[in-house]
Amino acid sequence: MKRYSAFAIAREALRHHTGWQRAWRSPAPKPRYDVIIIGAGGHGLATAYYLGRNHGIRNVAVLEKGWLGGGNTGRNTTIIRSNYLQDESAAIYEKARSLYETLSQDLNYNIMFSPRGVMMLAQTEHEVRGYRRTAHANRLQGVETRFISPAEVREIAPIIAIDGPRYPVLGALWQPRGGTARHDAVAWGYARACSDMGMDIIQQCEVTAIRQERGRVTGVETTRGTIGCDKLGIIVAGHSGQLAEMAGFRLPIESVALQALVSEPIKPVLDTVVMANTVHGYISQSDKGELVIGGGADGFNNYTQRGSFHHIEETVRALVETFPIISRLKMLRQWGGIVDMTGDRSPIIGRTPLENCFINCGWGTGGFKAIPGSGWAMAATMARGEPDDLAAPFGMERFREGRFIDESVAAGVAH
Amino acid sequence: MLILHCPYCGIHADETELAPGGEAHIRRAGPGSDDTEFENYMFARKNPKGVHFERWRHVHGCGKWFHAARATDTLEVFGTYPAQTTEPPEEILAHIRKRRPDWKGFQG
Repeated sequence: MKRYSAFAIAREALRHHTGWQRAWRSPAPKPRYDVIIIGAGGHGLATAYYLGRNHGIRNVAVLEKGWLGGGNTGRNTTIIRSNYLQDESAAIYEKARSLYETLSQDLNYNIMFSPRGVMMLAQTEHEVRGYRRTAHANRLQGVETRFISPAEVREIAPIIAIDGPRYPVLGALWQPRGGTARHDAVAWGYARACSDMGMDIIQQCEVTAIRQERGRVTGVETTRGTIGCDKLGIIVAGHSGQLAEMAGFRLPIESVALQALVSEPIKPVLDTVVMANTVHGYISQSDKGELVIGGGADGFNNYTQRGSFHHIEETVRALVETFPIISRLKMLRQWGGIVDMTGDRSPIIGRTPLENCFINCGWGTGGFKAIPGSGWAMAATMARGEPDDLAAPFGMERFREGRFIDESVAAGVAH
Repeated sequence: MLILHCPYCGIHADETELAPGGEAHIRRAGPGSDDTEFENYMFARKNPKGVHFERWRHVHGCGKWFHAARATDTLEVFGTYPAQTTEPPEEILAHIRKRRPDWKGFQG
C-alpha cells in the first residue's frame, strides 16, 4: 500500500492522478480463517485492525451483507465525547476518544478528527446538579470536563438563546477535547489498514447461518458459500438479535429507529457541538456548513431504517427555541438507523453461550464515539478468549447478576 | 406514521396519541424461578425482524392497554386486540398466516 502524504499529492498531480490505488482489496472468501468478524462497520473493522496490530492475528475476514460502513457508521451525527458518569463507561469512551486524537496518523488516513468541544446544556436545576456531579466524577476518572457558567456558554456559542424563554441555559458540562470526525473516513481508514495487513474485507456477503459442533463455533454459511473459522465476532448493531438467534441465544436488546437530519449549508455559525438533553436535540455544523441535527429514538421495534416524523418535529421545535436563528433554515435530508438498545443503555462486549463466539453490540444511540475503544477491547477479548479490563464490566452476564452500568438515568445520554 | 385501531374505544389513533409498551405475552417468572428464568423474563427479548406482538397504551385517549400484531421489517399492522389474553386471538393469527405464508407461528 502506498502511503498518503503531501508528497504523494504532488507526485500524482504531475502524472494526472493515474497512480492512486484502491484503498482496500475486494477478494473472494477463502475456505477458512482464524477469525471471522461479521459486520464491516466501524466497530467490526476496528476490532479487525486491533486484532492485527495489537495481537498479531492477521488471518482475518470481515464479512458485510451490504457495503462497508453503510449501516450506523454512515448514519450518525459524528459526535465524539467521553463525559460519562460511571467509571466503566468513562474508561472505554475515554480510551476511544484518546485513540481518535491520533487515529489519522496511526491509520495514515485523514479521519478529520476535530476536537472542537462538546457542550451539554443544563436547562433545569436537576441537570445543573447532574452535570456538576458528572464533572466531579470525570475529574476522578481523569476525563477532562468542567461545569461552565451561562456567560461562558454565550462566549463559546453566541447563537444560543441563553435566557430562555421556556428553558433558560443555567450552565453546561463542557468537554473541550470532545468533538467530531468524518464518520465514513473512520470506516474507510480502518478498512484500508486491515486490507494492508492482509485481511479480507468481503462485502455483499450476508451470513445466513452459524455452524457449530458440540457447543463450539466452526464457521458461517453465507450468500457466498460456507466459510470456516476458529473464532467468530458478531458486531452488527441493530441486527444483533438476528445473529444471536442463528447462534442459538437471546439478547437483552431491542432494535429501534434513531433519526438525524441536516439543514441546507450556511456560513459558519457554530464551531462546537451542543447537546440539549432536556429538550431532546443536539446540533453541530459540518465542514460543508450544514447543521447536523439529532434527536430522540422511537419507542417501538423497527428494522426499516426510517423513523417517525413526529420525532423530527419535536427535535426541530426544541432546537428552534434554543437556537432562534435556525428557524428559517430548510432541512435538506433526513435518515434513520437501527440502534440496539440494552436495558441499562450500556453496550455488551464479551463471550456468548456459544464457545469461541464473541459479541459486541448494544451501543444504542452512541456507538460512533466509541469505535476505537470498542475495537481495542473487543480485539483483546477475542485474542485472549476472555475479556480484558476495559471489556470485563460489559459482559452480558451483568443482567443476570444485576450488575448494571446504568447510564440511562445517570449520564446525559441523548436518546 | 403508525396508525393503530384501539380495540376499546374503537377509534384509529396515530402514534402521537399512543405510548409503546414493549413485547407482549411475556410470562412472569414467579417465586421459585432460578436466575436464568428471571433474566429471561426481565431482560431477554425476541426483537424479531418480522412479525411481532406488542403492548401499546392509548395514553392520550381512553388510557387502556391493548396489544398489536405488527411487522417490524415493513411496519405493516396485522391487527390489534384487547390485552386480557395470554396469546393472540385466532383471527389475528389467521390474518398473519395469510399475509406471511412462511411465518413460523406464535411462540409464547
